[in-house]
Amino acid sequence: MAGVRSRTQLIRRRALLLGGVQIGMVGVLAGRLVQLQVLEGDRYSRRAEDNRTAERLLTPARGEILDRRGRPLAHNRETYRLLLVPERAGPIDAALDEISRIAVLNPAARERVRRTVLKQPGFEPVVVLDDISWEEMARLSLAIAERDGIFTSAAQRRIYPLGAAAAHTIGYVGRVSQKDLERSEEAALLRIPDFRIGKTGVERTQDATLRGAAGTRLVEITSTGRQRRELGRREGLAGETLHLTLDANLQTFAAGLFGAETGAAVLMDIRSGDLLAMVSSPSFDPGAFHDGIADRREWQALASHPLHPLSNRAVSGQYAPGSTFKVAVALAALEARVVSPDQRFFCNGVHELGTGKFHCWRRGGHGHVDLFKGLQQSCDVYFYEIAQRTGIDRIAAMARKLGFGEPTGIELPGERSGLVPTKAWKQKARNESWQVGETLIAGIGQGYVLATPLQLATMTARLANGGRAVLPRLLGGAGAPKLGIDRRHLNAVRTGLAAVTGSQRGTAWAARIQQAGFEMAGKTGTSQVRRISALERRLGVRKNEDLPREERDHALFVGYAPLKQPRYAAAVIVEHGGSGSKAAAPLARDLLLAAQKSGTIAS
Amino acid sequence: MKAWEVRRPGLGIGGLLLRVDWVLVILLTLTTAVGFAMLYSAAGGNIRPWAGPHAMRFGVGLAVMLAVALIDIRFWLRCAYPIYAASLLLVIGVEFVGDVGMGAQRWLKIGPLSVQPSEIMKIALVLALARHFHKVDERDAGRWPMLLLALALIAAPALLVAQQPDLGTAAMIAVGGTALLFLGGVSWRIFALFGCGAGALVPTVWYRLKDYQRDRVLTFLDSERDLTGAGYHGFQSKIGIGSGGEFGKGYLEGTQSHLGFLPESHTDFIFTVISEEFGLAGGLFVLALYLAIMGYGFAIGFMARNDFARLLAFGVTFTFFLFVFANIAMVAGLIPVVGVPLPFISYGGTAMLTLQVGFGLVLSAKVYRDVEMEEETSGRPAGPGSIAAMR
Repeated sequence: MAGVRSRTQLIRRRALLLGGVQIGMVGVLAGRLVQLQVLEGDRYSRRAEDNRTAERLLTPARGEILDRRGRPLAHNRETYRLLLVPERAGPIDAALDEISRIAVLNPAARERVRRTVLKQPGFEPVVVLDDISWEEMARLSLAIAERDGIFTSAAQRRIYPLGAAAAHTIGYVGRVSQKDLERSEEAALLRIPDFRIGKTGVERTQDATLRGAAGTRLVEITSTGRQRRELGRREGLAGETLHLTLDANLQTFAAGLFGAETGAAVLMDIRSGDLLAMVSSPSFDPGAFHDGIADRREWQALASHPLHPLSNRAVSGQYAPGSTFKVAVALAALEARVVSPDQRFFCNGVHELGTGKFHCWRRGGHGHVDLFKGLQQSCDVYFYEIAQRTGIDRIAAMARKLGFGEPTGIELPGERSGLVPTKAWKQKARNESWQVGETLIAGIGQGYVLATPLQLATMTARLANGGRAVLPRLLGGAGAPKLGIDRRHLNAVRTGLAAVTGSQRGTAWAARIQQAGFEMAGKTGTSQVRRISALERRLGVRKNEDLPREERDHALFVGYAPLKQPRYAAAVIVEHGGSGSKAAAPLARDLLLAAQKSGTIAS
Repeated sequence: MKAWEVRRPGLGIGGLLLRVDWVLVILLTLTTAVGFAMLYSAAGGNIRPWAGPHAMRFGVGLAVMLAVALIDIRFWLRCAYPIYAASLLLVIGVEFVGDVGMGAQRWLKIGPLSVQPSEIMKIALVLALARHFHKVDERDAGRWPMLLLALALIAAPALLVAQQPDLGTAAMIAVGGTALLFLGGVSWRIFALFGCGAGALVPTVWYRLKDYQRDRVLTFLDSERDLTGAGYHGFQSKIGIGSGGEFGKGYLEGTQSHLGFLPESHTDFIFTVISEEFGLAGGLFVLALYLAIMGYGFAIGFMARNDFARLLAFGVTFTFFLFVFANIAMVAGLIPVVGVPLPFISYGGTAMLTLQVGFGLVLSAKVYRDVEMEEETSGRPAGPGSIAAMR
């Protein structure tokens, strides 16, 4: 039995040893738990918190854009949408069938939903119907009350009360593009799916002011990114309200003047530079770009349209100013003192320079012409003469004083600088020396000279306000320093312009404002799109009407009103409209009259 | 022998039931209750799909456990080898008809039941080795024929399971078997010898590992190696445990488990849920529960009157310990991620049933503590003054 006992002892002894090892190992486990949970507990708690929470940004309400009297130009409207959560709504086709039984669901929307569902995680809602009315929303909500995975929700939509009438100036908002992301520093805000960014116009240039600051929402998420509940919320800061100088009524009126014509019109307060109206025709519906996908096709159609409705002709259209440029030439000549206002030149219909012949628009000529008559009847020969005497560089200097040749700094994207040629410019750009003949051409606003409608309005305002350097502004003008142009010279030119509409021989007599006290002064212009050759001239194919539309001249008119103590300046261009007096002056007349009657500027 | 102790044939069912170690049964039930509560939590506060079945399975297993406990231990002694043989056949069977789960062949479908023969093997091996070392002379215990047979009993299932490949289970079988060798009296020198041999084998084994297994080991050695890939589960588990702090985030409030950061929170990683929701206190409570169960198994082994019962009780207890240690050490990042469930708490039928049968055998050792094991002892004289191989 001793062997048995000793064996029993052996097993027990070894069992004790093994038991001791087990207890020790369990002790190791306990120690490990202490290490993880007590010693390193904070670190792991933070990791768990990082795991579980995510910050989601809240879209701030975009600032409103108001006109000078507080009327809305862009604001937000609560709209309603029907959404679908794929993973809760069941088979997508069945769910869409169900929706189409209670609402109108066109095949395109159906296809878009199907595609979207394939692209994103199942818990991400998909917009099925957008921009539905409150009544429709109420009806649908009732119909789907018991249905899981389909629901209605409210969203903000940008509304443009003036629609196409102010589309170029106000601009529009749209989904954030890759380019927008690269441009902006606030990438996080821009990544909110609902966020809309200003794409053009004031919406774009003032985007930083309008967008506000994002709010944040702390949410609990699962390992797959699904939101479980909201843990906290900090509301964002709504964007600031923007007050523009535009007058909604005048803006709409100005847009209405164009009808089917293409062109641009600018109406400006000559003292402050406030832009009261600025239109470009043809236009587009700025509300159409809210949602990207379906609208991309529409955008493409607009972008590739031959008449370029998306381009803002008022700031990015560059035209030869034609005879409207004679204002600058006249002032340059007077300031250079190479002519006096009553100095006369003889116009027999053609000005000869060496072997070159420079024609006046009137074949028979104007006879003896002084500054007054030159402006009144827009005699080309008179301006060939004074331009030649003044020289291109002095003309250019005056043109720049009046606002040509560089961007005005208007708060809009895509502004072009136009072109004021000089000898140095030609040498640099063309590597050719300047020809005197080119000075003559520039003297009647043709050739290299280019100006935007906004610059033309600026020139007119500076002439009418007594030579103050106002700058056109949509957000309110700043002080305008004196340009240092002799008041008598300004008055001489203004007298000429008054006669353009104020005398029977004036080029815009037919388009004068007849109401006493509201009269306007102005200058017509016709800008050649296509050079008429000497051969054509001889053959008599001179009439604009005989040419295909896209080769016809642009019609221009710049003017201001009222005659005494002017307040408003306008520039109008009608593309391929023919003569300035017939096509452009009546529009400017209507616009200046409407502006004076609106009393939009307290005087 | 005291008189009442030898009255075993006349006891009857009632008397036998009275001799069952009810405290152990209650401790196991308590552990299962913890499992129920945690599975309820892991399902996001639902009886289904795990907590309910878990309780039901425990109930069924409890009946099996008591049945095993009431069967005469001598029957189990006689059946030890046949049971081992049958289990081995099942393990072999898995090689041919097993279902592949988690990249390894482990499951065998028998009718509506899915069983993991490797789990059954853990207990079958204990039975076989206990039988093997029952009443051997201590001189014989250290002898080569004795030893080689024992090694064969261990190696056969261990290698087969490693082949599946289920390294965790294979290692558990090997370690459990080795513990039985130690308890059975194999000399220290032999352990030292085999220790060196095993060390030499490491490169070979490493070479034969599958990629994902190697990944797990590498990840373990450098825990921040690949937090999104192979290291993800282990790291998320550590976050879960660590973030529980001293007293946890509260029942049903574990973020790691409820928000899906923790994988397999109802099976292998359920200890993490406990630690996250009840903190260090909860983890230590569970450890204490397990220590108590081990203590009872140990006590039964100590009180046993024959080698088979002793070895069986110590062996089953050690196997149970291995489950606990491997699982918690894994979720706490002490050893690589291996698929070992937490006994009576993790969801999963085979492991629980296996351990219940195992504890049934331990209880049987208690119930039949006093029986004489004469059939194996006749004609075997104990060596006079023989020195235990252990010394």
